[in-house]
Amino acid sequence: MSPPDAQARRTFDRRRLRAMMVKEFAQIMRDPSTFLIAAAMPLLLLFLFGYAVSLDTAGTRVALVMEDSSAPALALAQSYRASPYFDVSTSRNRAEARRDMIGDRVRGMIVIPQDFGRTVQSGKMPTIQMATDGSQPNTALFVASYGQGIFQSWAANEGLPGAAAAAPRIDLSARFWYNPGLKSRYFLVPGSIAIVMTMIGTLLTALVVAREWERGTMEAIMATPVTMAEFIASKILPYYLLALASMSLCTAIAVAVFGLPFRGSLVALYLLASAFLMPALGLGLFISSATKNQFVASQIALLASFLPTFLLSGFLYEISSMPAWIQAITYAVPARYLIPSLQTLFLTGDIWAHFLPNIAIMLGFGLLFFFLSFRVTRRSLE
Amino acid sequence: MTGRLKAVIIKEIWSLLRDPKARIVLVLPPLIQLFIFTFATTLDVRNVDVAVLDQSSGIHSAELVQRISGSPNFREIRHLRSYAELKEEIDNQEVIAALVIEQEFDRNLERGRPVQLGLVLDGRRSNAAQIVAGYLTRITAEMGAEAVPQMQGGVEVTHWFNPALDFIWFTLPALIVIIVSIAGLAITSQAVSREREMGTFDQLLVSPLRVHEILIGKIVPPFLVGAFNGTLYLVVAQAAFGIPFNGSLALFFLALCVYLLALIGVGMLVSSISMTQQQSFLGSFVATTPLIMLSGYASPIENMPDWLQVVTYLNPARYFLIIVQGLFLKGMPAADVLHQLWPLVLIAIATLSASAWLFRSRME
Repeated sequence: MSPPDAQARRTFDRRRLRAMMVKEFAQIMRDPSTFLIAAAMPLLLLFLFGYAVSLDTAGTRVALVMEDSSAPALALAQSYRASPYFDVSTSRNRAEARRDMIGDRVRGMIVIPQDFGRTVQSGKMPTIQMATDGSQPNTALFVASYGQGIFQSWAANEGLPGAAAAAPRIDLSARFWYNPGLKSRYFLVPGSIAIVMTMIGTLLTALVVAREWERGTMEAIMATPVTMAEFIASKILPYYLLALASMSLCTAIAVAVFGLPFRGSLVALYLLASAFLMPALGLGLFISSATKNQFVASQIALLASFLPTFLLSGFLYEISSMPAWIQAITYAVPARYLIPSLQTLFLTGDIWAHFLPNIAIMLGFGLLFFFLSFRVTRRSLE
Repeated sequence: MTGRLKAVIIKEIWSLLRDPKARIVLVLPPLIQLFIFTFATTLDVRNVDVAVLDQSSGIHSAELVQRISGSPNFREIRHLRSYAELKEEIDNQEVIAALVIEQEFDRNLERGRPVQLGLVLDGRRSNAAQIVAGYLTRITAEMGAEAVPQMQGGVEVTHWFNPALDFIWFTLPALIVIIVSIAGLAITSQAVSREREMGTFDQLLVSPLRVHEILIGKIVPPFLVGAFNGTLYLVVAQAAFGIPFNGSLALFFLALCVYLLALIGVGMLVSSISMTQQQSFLGSFVATTPLIMLSGYASPIENMPDWLQVVTYLNPARYFLIIVQGLFLKGMPAADVLHQLWPLVLIAIATLSASAWLFRSRME
């Protein structure tokens, strides 16, 4: 080990740094809430994303109004009842079905009208009516398209004219690479890893440093020989390690419990995570130094880091579909560069051409935030 | 109202509004959230890039590509030369989908034989990919169907309450619930723990104030902030976004008040357990996440496994979300609102009395 030169001794002393880090680790260990966020929260998120967020619809409640009781009408009604996509209940009339829809008891209505049986018996294609609950647009589209599908296959079965023509002459066979079963879990889990790291990196750091300011212990620290660089390093390293530990836990559970494939390498995972933690920690420091109040810091951290990671990172919602001014904002959300890389890492493998630019951008944001927090801290001390 | 109660309420309102930064934080970020998230949380897919590997290079394949590029959902059509290029574009997420038109496409179509098209989609973005597959299927089906005569009969579909299926009409009423919840929990959970951390809690205890007076004093400010924000969003939703509000305003405010009480009960529980502000903030955060995810906003409750659907009955946001969406678009009548409201009343009573009990036992 080479002896540190005089310049380095003045600005960065290893013993002082160690003492500061011991203090910080003691604080982390003493407070049960850090474990809540580092261990319980990842589990809760994975659990919720694994089970609660399902875009795969099944068993949607619909009301069936039978205005005709002929044999073909009963047969069609039976097709709807047998479908796993619908949970069919019978309504006496359209008004009752509408009331049920207003009361949030059903999501759609299927009406088999009076002349239905007669039309079928005369060998023509009958008409039925469907109404959906438009207040839930996705479910409404689902009900409409599956409702039509069941009708068409029933009509084709009955050999009604025009039914065969409904089948497209150009057939599109779609294959989904890297996620053939289209499990939404596969892309939600990498996203929840990003959220957990945002919470530890930004939220927790912002709170911890704001508390030093709020309680006045910041001045006490600044009165000691500890330099700015040592102070910031002592705040960042423990939370960096905590976030990496939490990320590793998340990954292990995702692979072991939720059966997610892990096709990339651990090196790439830790490189990406480390690169993302730089802007996350830097932002946390900046928020706390700029606000110096735990409540305000927590609210700003929520607005500036957690919610954008959730909603503006392309994790749940497609960025390209957003209006241009919101797309411009997403470029400033570090998670935007992490989440596609993580999804690639898990489902495709190491694609460095994709990872490296993202890592560079995240590190750039990290530098910017650290520079800003240095400036804000220094100014407020003078 | 006794003089003491009045004094403690005034004190609590002051301690919330004293800090100018905190005053701004109470109103501005929620409003920003409302605007950004309304526009950001769309499940439509627009402006995506797709690739085409055209091995047929005939008139019909050119027409198909023309139809795709004419669709407003797609931005750029990239022309590929090989499968290797296709793999590269998908792997690097340059395109979300790649259409493969095989050599016999034009020949088969001219002979009236059914043709097959290959479509490769990026399963990493499985949601968007499914929607894109839907768009492309519609385009190819339209092209294929033009040759055959229109069929009679079929299914006539109408969408009630939101005929154009405008996604914002769903998002905005739901966001009112979500943002009121996030802000309400954050404010309430800080209430007791801040006093504990600052050491002023002991001063409160030695004052002549009774326990219930301290509690009511803690409940009033978040209640007022929540009611103010809720009203503001109600106005913004109609004035700025033109979402129709067809229900009764009295029912809306009644439901808002009951929901706020239930929410504040949850927040007070978190606050009574926490010793520091950091604990209470992180605690409120852990409570907010399932509150939102199990409300029916992130995904419909009926898609969840049965045992989890049972759990959602304990979630106050579930009932308030149904009421707000019902009042906005469907003009939900009083009987249906009350049917959703009584569980909310029970939850409010349960959480408030539990937090009062915990608060009292923690003091001794």
